[in-house]
Amino acid sequence: MPLIEVDDVSLAYDTPAGRVQGVLGATFNMEESEFLCLVGPSGCGKSTLLNIIAGFLTPTGGEIRIGGKKVSGHGMDRGVVFQDFAQLFPWRTALGNVAFGLEMKGMGKEEREEIALQQLKLVKLEKFANSYPHHLSGGMQQRVAIARALAYNPAVLLMDEPFAALDAMTRDDMQRLLADVWKTTGKTIIYVTHNVAEAVYLADRVIVMTPHPGTVKAEIPIMLPRPRDPLSLEFLEHQKQLLNYLGQGTSKAA
Amino acid sequence: MQDAAVATPSTSARAGMRIGENIRVIGRNLFPFLVVAVIWEIIARLEVFSRRLFPTLEEIFSSLYRLTVAGILPMHAFETVLRLLSGFAIAAVIGVTIGVLMARSRRAEDIFLPLVSILAPIPGLAYAPLFLLWFGLGNFPAVLLVGFVSMFPIIFNSWTGVKAVKEIWVRSAQAMGADDKRLFRYVILPGALPYILTGMRLGLAQAWRVLVAVEMLAAVPWGLGWLIFGAREMLNTDVMMAGILLIGVIGLLLEKLVFEKIERYTVVRWGMITA
Ligand SMILES: Nc1ncnc2c1ncn2[C@@H]1O[C@H](COP(=O)(O)OP(=O)(O)O)[C@@H](O)[C@H]1O
Ligand SMILES: [Mg+2]
Repeated sequence: MPLIEVDDVSLAYDTPAGRVQGVLGATFNMEESEFLCLVGPSGCGKSTLLNIIAGFLTPTGGEIRIGGKKVSGHGMDRGVVFQDFAQLFPWRTALGNVAFGLEMKGMGKEEREEIALQQLKLVKLEKFANSYPHHLSGGMQQRVAIARALAYNPAVLLMDEPFAALDAMTRDDMQRLLADVWKTTGKTIIYVTHNVAEAVYLADRVIVMTPHPGTVKAEIPIMLPRPRDPLSLEFLEHQKQLLNYLGQGTSKAA
Repeated sequence: MQDAAVATPSTSARAGMRIGENIRVIGRNLFPFLVVAVIWEIIARLEVFSRRLFPTLEEIFSSLYRLTVAGILPMHAFETVLRLLSGFAIAAVIGVTIGVLMARSRRAEDIFLPLVSILAPIPGLAYAPLFLLWFGLGNFPAVLLVGFVSMFPIIFNSWTGVKAVKEIWVRSAQAMGADDKRLFRYVILPGALPYILTGMRLGLAQAWRVLVAVEMLAAVPWGLGWLIFGAREMLNTDVMMAGILLIGVIGLLLEKLVFEKIERYTVVRWGMITA
C-alpha cells in the first residue's frame, strides 16, 4: 500500500467574486521515502493541494489518506516548510524554534534541546543555535525551518517553494543540502516548485500539473543517479521533457 | 591568553570612546533645558511677574531640596506612584483581556468595539466628576479613574496586535502540534507583544496625566497633584514648580527605565521593532 494517496482531490474557494477553483480532481500515490516534486505554472493550485495534504484546508471533493487513514486537520505526522522566511518565531532562538514541536509533545527541556541541536547540525547551523532569526540570512532561516519541521520526526515533509525567494547561488547550495538531508533521513518529501531544474535535481518522480484549474497532467520518474549533475546531457533532457509538458519548451522534437 | 592581552587595550579604548559618545548625547539633550533655565532666570530677575509668583531657580531648587530632605516630597511622590501603579495594573489586566477577546471572538468584538470607540476619545478628566459622585472622595475613585482611562489604549493596541499576528506563525505552530491554549501562550501573546507594549506605554501616559489632575479634585491627603493644588492657595510658587519638575522626572523615568528596558529585552532583541 502506498504511504500517501491523493484521491480525486478538488477544492473551490468561496470569494466575494464567486467560486474560484483552486485544484480540480488531483490524483496520485506516493511511496515511503520517496521524493516527489509538484511542478506547475503559478496559480495552478500547487499550494492549495499542499495545504490540503497538510490539513490546513479541507477539500470540497475527494480525500487524502496517509497510511490508509483519511486526513482531517493538521497533525504531527506531517511537517511543513513554507516559502516565507517569516515563518520562524522571531521571539525564539534558532534552537528554540527547532525545539518547538518537541516542546508541544511534552518533552523535557534538556532532551528536546539535544535533539534540536542535532537537527541544526543536519542543516549545518549548530553554531547559530542561540541566534535569533532576524540575525540569520534568508537561506539560514529556511534551513532552520527545515530542521524545525524535521525535529519532531513527522512521517512526511511538505515543502512549498522553500527556496523560491533566495538568490540563485544560495538556492543551489540549499538544493544540495536538502538532497543530503533527504539521503541521511530517508524522509518522504513532497516538494512544490515552479522551477523545472530544481525538480529534476531533487525528485524521484515529478507530478506535472496543468494550468488553472490545476489537475495532474503527467507523472515523470527521474531515474538519474545521485548526486545529479545539472550540466549533464541526461539532466538537460529531463528538463526539456518537463518544459514541454508545461508548454514552455522551445521545440516539440527532442 | 595572547588574545586577551591584545584585546584588553582595544576594549578599553572602545569603552573610552563610548563614554565620550555618552557625554555628547547627554550634552545634546541637556542644552534646550539650559536655554529655558537661562530665560526663566532672566524673567525672574527682571521681575516681570512678582517674585512671589515667579521665583528664581535658586528658590525653586532650594524648595526642592528642603522638601526632599524633610521627606515631604518623597512621601507625596510615593503616594502618587502607588496610585498610578494600582490603577495601571488594573488597566493592564482588564485591557489586555478585553483586547485579546475582541480579536479572537467575533461576538466580543461586536459588543466591545462600539463601546470602546465611543468611550476612548473622551478626555479622562471628563469622567472625574462622575467617579467622585459615585465613589466618594479619596483613593478609591482616583485609582478607579486611572484604571478606567488608561485601559482604552491598552484595549485598542492588544486588539490590533493580536489581529496582526502572522497567519504563518499560527499555521506553523499548529502543524507542530500546538493546541489552542499553547498557541495563545507561545505564539499569539509574544506575536502581539510589540503592540501590547505600545498600548501599555500610551496607557501609562494617560494614567499619569489624569491622576495628577484627579488628585486635585478627590481631596486625597497626599500626592503630587494635591501638593501643587495646595501650594497654589498659599501662593507657594516655588513648591508648585518643585512638584511639577518631579512629575516630569518620574514620568520620564518610568518611560526610560521601565518601558525601554522591557522593550530592549524583548521585541527589540527579537528584531520585531527597531530600537
Ligand atoms: N485564499 C484564497 N482565496 C481565493 N482564491 C484563492 C486562494 N488561494 C488561492 N486561490 C486561487 O486558487 C488558485 C490556485 O492558487 P495556488 O494554490 O496558490 O497556486 P500555486 O501555488 O500553484 O501558485 C489561484 O487561481 C488562486 O488565485
Ligand atoms: Mg504557491
